[in-house]
Amino acid sequence: MPHLAVNAVRAKYGSHEVLRGVSLSIEKGEIAALIGPSGSGKSTVLRALVGLTTITGGDVEIAGESIDYRNASSVRAARDRMAIVFQQYNLFQNMTVMKNVTLAPIKIKRRPRAEVEDEARRLLDLVGLGDKHASYPDQLSGGQQQRVAIARALALQPQILLLDEVTSALDPELVTEVLDAIRRLAAEGMTMIIVSHEMAFVREVADKVVFMDRGEIIETGAPKEMFDNPKTERARDFFGKILRH
Amino acid sequence: MGSILDQIPNFFTPDNVRMLLEAAWMTLGMTFAGCLIGFGLAFVLVYLRQTPGLWALPLRVICITYVEFFRRIPFLVIVYLVLFFIQAITPNASLFTIAVIAICLYSVAYTADIIRGGLESVPHTQVEAARTMNMSRFQTTVMVVLPQAWPVIIPPAIAFAVSFIKDTALVSQIGVFELAFRGKELNNQGFSGVLVFGTIAFIYFILSFPLTLLGQHLEKRLATPRGQRSARKIRQS
Repeated sequence: MPHLAVNAVRAKYGSHEVLRGVSLSIEKGEIAALIGPSGSGKSTVLRALVGLTTITGGDVEIAGESIDYRNASSVRAARDRMAIVFQQYNLFQNMTVMKNVTLAPIKIKRRPRAEVEDEARRLLDLVGLGDKHASYPDQLSGGQQQRVAIARALALQPQILLLDEVTSALDPELVTEVLDAIRRLAAEGMTMIIVSHEMAFVREVADKVVFMDRGEIIETGAPKEMFDNPKTERARDFFGKILRH
Repeated sequence: MGSILDQIPNFFTPDNVRMLLEAAWMTLGMTFAGCLIGFGLAFVLVYLRQTPGLWALPLRVICITYVEFFRRIPFLVIVYLVLFFIQAITPNASLFTIAVIAICLYSVAYTADIIRGGLESVPHTQVEAARTMNMSRFQTTVMVVLPQAWPVIIPPAIAFAVSFIKDTALVSQIGVFELAFRGKELNNQGFSGVLVFGTIAFIYFILSFPLTLLGQHLEKRLATPRGQRSARKIRQS
């Protein structure tokens, strides 16, 4: 049984259908990468999983348990299991790094403060920001903020981590530090769905690559076969366009 | 002109000065009681107004109607409405209470839009991040949105309260012993109108000018992230 199963999920923005029957499954410890042209619905898949975009059809199962996105407590259960990191980090600007990371575990999950703060220090060390716990987000660079956002998501102890174009808003020289942090998570066996434009990185860490276009999954495969030998015309076309520059 | 100067010793008697100070205190007191209660209620109103979902539609309609209605009638009319309405229910209600209620009703309508603007100035992505962490709407508003909205809300809210100090002169119409009322009284006792209302004008200025400066100071302090941080440090120490 897959850890996460997405079956024929549909979603709309107004009258525009952004997901037109998306199905994918992920095993525990697996890393799936969603790639494809912008507007293909990759980010919408992640947003739908955490209940930020309304699903109009299909269903989602985590560890065999079906999630009803119309039911508030079911959505809470889904959000308990999945944590998302956004392209624009979305750190709480009014809180220190430490408060950002510990707020939800302490106030929402009601875990003991001392334990949560110890873990937060460990996570900040993991992303290489052990010395920044007293800083405010606007005192940090984009790459540092994004690493705090990753630590904040990990502090929620998710079963699945969703990374939504986490390096797209960063200056090129800051991308590496964020990718390094994700590499360390991959080594720890974290289950992840990554939406990314960093093809070399995807090829390196992903177990499974999912190519999307216009709200549909066109092709799924292991990174090597996908990049070296795409079966569909649309995937070939996409890789051709990226490699040309 | 000479007659005004002659009146001065008779005008600034200890009794008159005490009466004017009490009137000034009355003006300040009802303005701030009304504005503070109104400010608190405006938060509740905005929070209710932003309730999502179809079932909350009547709630939203009521909140929007309240704001639009009370912003479109003159304050003096609200004062009379409250006076006659309250007196119909409890004839013994004090005029001060009635004035405070009227100021309250009016300031809710005005500050609600200031508060809504402040809350909406915080990027929606902050709310999304909080929601995916299973924070409730109330928790998100209190812990994430409001702290970031204060710098946008506080300066115009103070400006509103300060400008309202002078607008409360209208409640003299129902006989509250505030500044404008005492002015008319002294004028009726035969003191020169120029002397009486010049003094009253000066008191209004003294009441509101320092508060205007305070508002400007806060605005500068809150405007920059660095200012916000130093404000936080001061609060923590």
